[in-house]
Amino acid sequence: MNQAEFIKTISPFKDKVFRLARRLLVSTEEAEDATQEVLVKLWNSREKLSDYKSVEALAMTMTKNYCLDRLKSKQASEMRIVHSNYSSHDAGLQQQAEDRDSWSWAEKIMAQLPEQQRLIMQMRDIEQYEFEEIAKIMDMNETAVRVALSRARKTLREELTKTHSYGIKRN
Amino acid sequence: MELREIETLLDKYFDAETTIAEENTLKAYFAAGNIAPHLAQYAPMFGYFAAQQEQHFDKPLPLKTKVNYTKWLSVAASLVLLCGMLAWFINTNPPQQQQELGTYDDPEVAFRETQKALGLLSSKVNMGVKGVNYLGEYERAKQTVFKE
Repeated sequence: MNQAEFIKTISPFKDKVFRLARRLLVSTEEAEDATQEVLVKLWNSREKLSDYKSVEALAMTMTKNYCLDRLKSKQASEMRIVHSNYSSHDAGLQQQAEDRDSWSWAEKIMAQLPEQQRLIMQMRDIEQYEFEEIAKIMDMNETAVRVALSRARKTLREELTKTHSYGIKRN
Repeated sequence: MELREIETLLDKYFDAETTIAEENTLKAYFAAGNIAPHLAQYAPMFGYFAAQQEQHFDKPLPLKTKVNYTKWLSVAASLVLLCGMLAWFINTNPPQQQQELGTYDDPEVAFRETQKALGLLSSKVNMGVKGVNYLGEYERAKQTVFKE
């Protein structure tokens, strides 16, 4: 596999890898580093890629594992505090487009979900993977994936409803 | 899309029982803007999911193909060095020619010469043995002193 072929193989899912990494690591810089790391690992083992049914699933699994490792290491946990780069939308920014504001709320709430639920929600609601694929990547069974996803969606709904009605009361 | 249908889909959605197609129907409904007031609270969720798909990874990838090249280069360099050193050693220390030690054609003469050589050797050995005999003397003296 030469460089052009490799680029062609990874281009459909490199953004997904990046978004998954960002979902877990929060910081954009960290996520970029993680994506590079994963893609370079794939490149180094390019001769073996044809043995895998789906390189995309492999890449997602590698990303998941890499990011969870990063989060576990002490260095990364310090970085996470430094790089919480969602801007706070306080009273002064009320005039800003309202949907943008509530998107950032959604992002904040999602960032508070357990890692596993965050991963599953990212893969289903944003990347639109089938449950079967998610189960394979997460190394779980489909029922467990559905349960975790349902929990994540309900948490998001609850929290968003809170902030939503809070906004109404304030206005 | 009827409101009733959207509501059932939402229920299914929160139980994680919708298909991808049904979820896309929901996303389309909330993206269209004409949302029923009691469902407005869900709009940011679906809007956020749709917006997240727009993030891209644009950093260049450091794909190294030169790794193997440099590795083989160092192997080649060490081989050249090895060959060079070998050549140098062979040139500076030419193998010494076997020295002619002499030989005899007549077995009688050969026998005599061998006897002579062995005799010379044994006389020298005996000279050494004489020296060693003094050690026996020393041993005997020691025995008398340290008898008890």
